[in-house]
Amino acid sequence: MNGPHDIGGRDGFGPINPDPDEPLFHAPWERHAMAMVVAAGGAGKWTIDESRFARENRDPAEYYGLSYYQLWLRGLEQLLQTKGLATAEEIASGQAATAPVATPLAADQVVPALMRGSPYDRDPQGRAPAFAVGDRVRVRNLQPRGHIRMPAYVRNQTGTITAVHGCHVFPDTSAKGDRDTAHWLYNVTFAARDLFGERAGEKDEVSVDLWEPYLE
Amino acid sequence: MPHDHHDHSHLDDETARVMALEKLLADKGLIDPAALDVILDTYETKVGPRNGAKVVARAWSDPDFAQALKDDATTAIHDMGFAGRQGEHITAVFNTPEQHNLVVCTLCSCYPWSVLGLPPTWYKSTPYRARAVSEPRAVLGEFGVTLPDSTAIRVWDSTAEMRYLVIPMRPEGTEGLGEEELEALVSRDSMIGTALAGAA
Repeated sequence: MNGPHDIGGRDGFGPINPDPDEPLFHAPWERHAMAMVVAAGGAGKWTIDESRFARENRDPAEYYGLSYYQLWLRGLEQLLQTKGLATAEEIASGQAATAPVATPLAADQVVPALMRGSPYDRDPQGRAPAFAVGDRVRVRNLQPRGHIRMPAYVRNQTGTITAVHGCHVFPDTSAKGDRDTAHWLYNVTFAARDLFGERAGEKDEVSVDLWEPYLE
Repeated sequence: MPHDHHDHSHLDDETARVMALEKLLADKGLIDPAALDVILDTYETKVGPRNGAKVVARAWSDPDFAQALKDDATTAIHDMGFAGRQGEHITAVFNTPEQHNLVVCTLCSCYPWSVLGLPPTWYKSTPYRARAVSEPRAVLGEFGVTLPDSTAIRVWDSTAEMRYLVIPMRPEGTEGLGEEELEALVSRDSMIGTALAGAA
């Protein structure tokens, strides 16, 4: 979607102000929010792209007004409702009106699950990659209302294939709960000036990972 | 910190909201409350940028390992025992005098947790996400890094599940150092590309 999250190259956000002595969390609730979102994801009821879409699919004014972990929490509350796992009333009250709907990731399974992760490469099932390193490709003008991992700043731009990563789960369908559909994934490198004009360095480049259906 | 000016007035609301949600998730069978402590212990005490520093120090010390890292960073890093969530697929990008690498996720906050731990606030902030791709030299300047004009910058936007780890250049005058001493020269930011190794 042409959402508030797609901000590469946008102006007006101000200085970065890195804090070299920053703590890992800024409030106790942030600790709980991080752990809760990771733990709930471990129950396997939604994909990483469903959780991304739940965060980005909102009013821009709200998106920009939320801190990072607030956005995680609002996204989680949204997911629970769109997946039919909890109602707005249950979320508001904290009181479950139904029996358990899932089997949680047990405490003694957390470390193995975190260390295992969720690999996203899939068997290409005989499909060969359409592009090879060195090929020039153009990014298609795709503007779906749903989830897509193609930043607007590369739309219609031409770049060079700089790596073939393998056949990876496709975010556009993963955002609808599909863990299997996969397409060839490429690293595509663009001249920074093609993307951002004279403000970019003459020799600078931007490399973006893009799936085959995004390219022509 | 940037963009959290609203946090303080909402702290109590947010705490209440988190506690209500935590209870609901437990009652729904979506979380085991005891699992939260294990997750926090993992990212507060076990998985962090010291993992990445070990990878970099070994790459500086062992040419065969450096080559393995270039060829297949996922396997080379997994073989060091650094695997898992948000590190399932990794590419190592090596800084040279000709090219400096900088990593961002413009669309959200993708970051190589398995080797760097949880991302700092600035990495997740809208100013960094917006500007790293279009004006990386100005961004680096805000981190106190000035590159020679002859060094090109390649920015890596983490749009897929491939994570990027910058291998900074080994500082001059460190020829005699062992891996453990070298590790101490490798900051978190130098592995994102917003610092140079050996810088204070």
